[in-house]
Amino acid sequence: MTSIILLSVFGILNLFLGFLRSNKVLLPGAMLLLLAVFGANYADWNVVHEPYFNHMLVVDNYTVAFTGIVLLTTILLLPFSRSYVTSGEPNLAEYYALLLFSLVGAIMMIGYDHLLMLFVGIEILSISMYVLAGSSKRDSRSNEAALKYFLMGAFATGILLFGIALLYGATGTFALSQLATAVAAPANASLQPMLYIGILMMIIGIGFKVSAAPFHFWTPDVYEGTPTFFTAFMSTVVKTAGFAAFLKLLAVALPAAQGFWMPTIQAMCALTLLLGNVGAAAQTNTKRMLAYSSVSHAGYLLIGLVASKGVLQGEAASAIFFYSLAYSIATVAAFGVLKLVTDHRKDDSYAGLNGLGKTNPLLAFVMTVAMLSLAGIPLTGGFFGKFFLLAAAVGQGYIGLVVFAVIMSMVGLYYYLRPLIAMYLKPAPEGATPVPVDGIQTVTLVVLALLTILLGIVPGFMSGIL
Amino acid sequence: MLTAVLLFLPLAAALLLLFVKGAAARALAFGASLVEFALAAYAAFDFKTHGSEAYNLNYSWIPSAGINFHIGLDGLSLLLVLLTTFLVPLILLSAFKRDYDSPSTFYALVLFMQTGLLGVFTSLDAFLFYFFWEVALIPIYFLAGAWGGERRVAITLKFFLYTVVGSLLMLAGFVYLYLQTGPAAGSLAQHSSELSAFYNLHLSASEQSWLFWLIFAAFAVKMPIFPFHTWQPDTYTDAPAPATMLLSGIMLKMGIYGTMRWLLPVVPLGVSQWQKPVIILSVIGIIYGAIIAIRQRDVKRLIAYSSLSHVGLMAAGVFSLTQIGLQGAVVQMLAHGVNVVGMFLVADAIERRTGTRFIPDLGGLTRRTPLLSVCFLIMLLSTVALPLTGGFVGEFLLLEGVFQYNAWVGAVAGLTIIFSAVYLLRMFQRVMLGPDSSFSETITDLTGGELLIFVPLIALVFWIGLFPNTFLHLSEPAVTNILALVGR
Repeated sequence: MTSIILLSVFGILNLFLGFLRSNKVLLPGAMLLLLAVFGANYADWNVVHEPYFNHMLVVDNYTVAFTGIVLLTTILLLPFSRSYVTSGEPNLAEYYALLLFSLVGAIMMIGYDHLLMLFVGIEILSISMYVLAGSSKRDSRSNEAALKYFLMGAFATGILLFGIALLYGATGTFALSQLATAVAAPANASLQPMLYIGILMMIIGIGFKVSAAPFHFWTPDVYEGTPTFFTAFMSTVVKTAGFAAFLKLLAVALPAAQGFWMPTIQAMCALTLLLGNVGAAAQTNTKRMLAYSSVSHAGYLLIGLVASKGVLQGEAASAIFFYSLAYSIATVAAFGVLKLVTDHRKDDSYAGLNGLGKTNPLLAFVMTVAMLSLAGIPLTGGFFGKFFLLAAAVGQGYIGLVVFAVIMSMVGLYYYLRPLIAMYLKPAPEGATPVPVDGIQTVTLVVLALLTILLGIVPGFMSGIL
Repeated sequence: MLTAVLLFLPLAAALLLLFVKGAAARALAFGASLVEFALAAYAAFDFKTHGSEAYNLNYSWIPSAGINFHIGLDGLSLLLVLLTTFLVPLILLSAFKRDYDSPSTFYALVLFMQTGLLGVFTSLDAFLFYFFWEVALIPIYFLAGAWGGERRVAITLKFFLYTVVGSLLMLAGFVYLYLQTGPAAGSLAQHSSELSAFYNLHLSASEQSWLFWLIFAAFAVKMPIFPFHTWQPDTYTDAPAPATMLLSGIMLKMGIYGTMRWLLPVVPLGVSQWQKPVIILSVIGIIYGAIIAIRQRDVKRLIAYSSLSHVGLMAAGVFSLTQIGLQGAVVQMLAHGVNVVGMFLVADAIERRTGTRFIPDLGGLTRRTPLLSVCFLIMLLSTVALPLTGGFVGEFLLLEGVFQYNAWVGAVAGLTIIFSAVYLLRMFQRVMLGPDSSFSETITDLTGGELLIFVPLIALVFWIGLFPNTFLHLSEPAVTNILALVGR
């Protein structure tokens, strides 16, 4: 709760800092206050709080853990906004403020205990993201991305809201715990179809937000057009919050309807894995590849939802947490490097990375660690993320799904190796100069790589905590 | 404790190397690898008095999942640790002879790889084993990819995908086995990935039947066994010489070692079910590799196929499930490691002097290079398994084991000795003897530094050939133990 308050206040303060046009203060200021929020959030770990606002919002370890991921991701992402600072972008303060507000939305999505709170959270997050997707005003691709994202997103939100309404109609409540009892023991059997249609619509709505197939079509285009900095935010914070919300919905409100949603999620999972991985393998543009890769990672996380079997604690939930953490860190690293390189070389295809191992060994190394982590190779957090997820699924007996996921991750190896091939095995373009990286970015990149390796060597400190 | 030092010293040196340049980097890399060898040699002497218990190290790694950081040494691991630590300094010395781009990184990757290899040979926990198995792959991918020949991009991609797919299948097998185990004593987790827990599983024959192939996939690709070998000749040929030596001299042994420790005793029923097909595949590999080797015109490629042929015999010996076959495989792992590294060293020495590996371009080199010729011949004869050399002891025991399994299979496998004499002596004849080529007058002999690399190798060739008991004694209890577990 403290984090929501702090973030909202800071967001407004940020807007005033914008009046002062003191761009130099903005970035360090935003980072410091996010660190403060991170600390405040951590202070809630293992502390029992009464639910807020008549059971609208709960702050338990689940909320704290996932909030921790989105805050950490944002902190580590911020240094890569540097070029916005130096480019003399006039609306910088607004962007930072929107970023902070969207974090408030994300935390509401994670901590909700009431479907309206979920809706409000999703809307706060989404509307901020619509604006940020179009923040590169003079770039037509960015405009296109914003329009696409807004049209599709608004439609999906509508479906989600419709689902919530139908759920309310069938059960007479918005509160998760009451929903659970009402679904388990329906008062009126004739309302069952309404309930199921409601559940399906909610799955579609959230599936859109986390870009799960077949509701992922917007992802590559929007990711490609959105300024890289905000793409990174979209593919980490939005996804993490989306999955935290998804798991909570299925595990707290709808465990009794498992017979209905389990096959749906399984089918979505298999489809997402297939389309994400095969789609990524076909790309020649690093950013689009990362977009499809984020679809494929939604597929792996869906395995976690299947393996959770409607339980919010335990192996599967911990695995989803660990996976989201490892995935977010690696994705921030990948997008961070990509942004620095494309800002300098103006080329976001694989060829744009050519010879980076020679010109910028550090950037190439961080990208390597990120790619290996996303591919799930040992020594990186991504390996243990996949391992915990798949082990949880095997433990519940979903062998077929796991075999499919393993085959798909073999496809993944192919496209995650392509940036490495470009960086180390291809020569740098004629007259290529080193990509400029400033001090704080260097430190952040090193931290990102170290965190990924740390999660890959001593995963014990973050595994099994939920 | 010494085991952990052995494991992490190369890694620490590799990290330091990132900050060191030039001559200091060479000194650091070589020094670290020498210290490493000294430690391993000390362990080998100490081992006889204190036994394997003193080298056991077990920490909880991921407590919630019952996964431990458990490493230890027995006779078998110890011999492979000795082989690794013995070869790495020599491989580094050979790398110093060439001007590679960013040499510090190159040496760092070699040392990083050493940690991975030693981890594979010492792990006693399935996930730790898998972890190091993949850790060993990452540096070799970059070594072969970044410093390789012209076709390196396609070739290293193939190599990487092949081996990773194989290891993922192994991981799937391990996860299944892991989920069948009960909790370890004093552990909060429900399962355990300890090797001993895997040994204590009693799975049905039908489960073991498919588990066998899941786990064996990784080992078969790594060795490689026919028909999983297609990555091997290309990779050996195109990788830079030190990487080829690492691949053929040590990494290949990961497959044999893995089979002996992680396959035979874990799924014994599966092994007995598939013993025959695997031995037949191995023997096909022996003949196939040899026949193709005869036709090769690139020195490195010829050695690659020769290695394929020899590894087939090792696999056949292991799967004969006889004491003598397994012991033969152990000795042959050492002998082959020395031989093949020696052969690639010779190939590298010739290529550095002449700029070519193409056999028809070479010839009549021996007049100006007596030392190189002698080294070449010794390594070659050991590979051909001439008595007195290490290769003889290994291949003899292996053939004996295969013979005990089935005389006919043994007879076919025995062709390897004839075949290897044919293709290797032919190569020697056409490269070193034969009509003069444009290089015969200009080529220079081995320098003192290069000779220094060959001397320990040659010494070991004769040591294994004359006193194989030094090594057989060390591995005997371990091999007996494995066979006892298989025979349950």
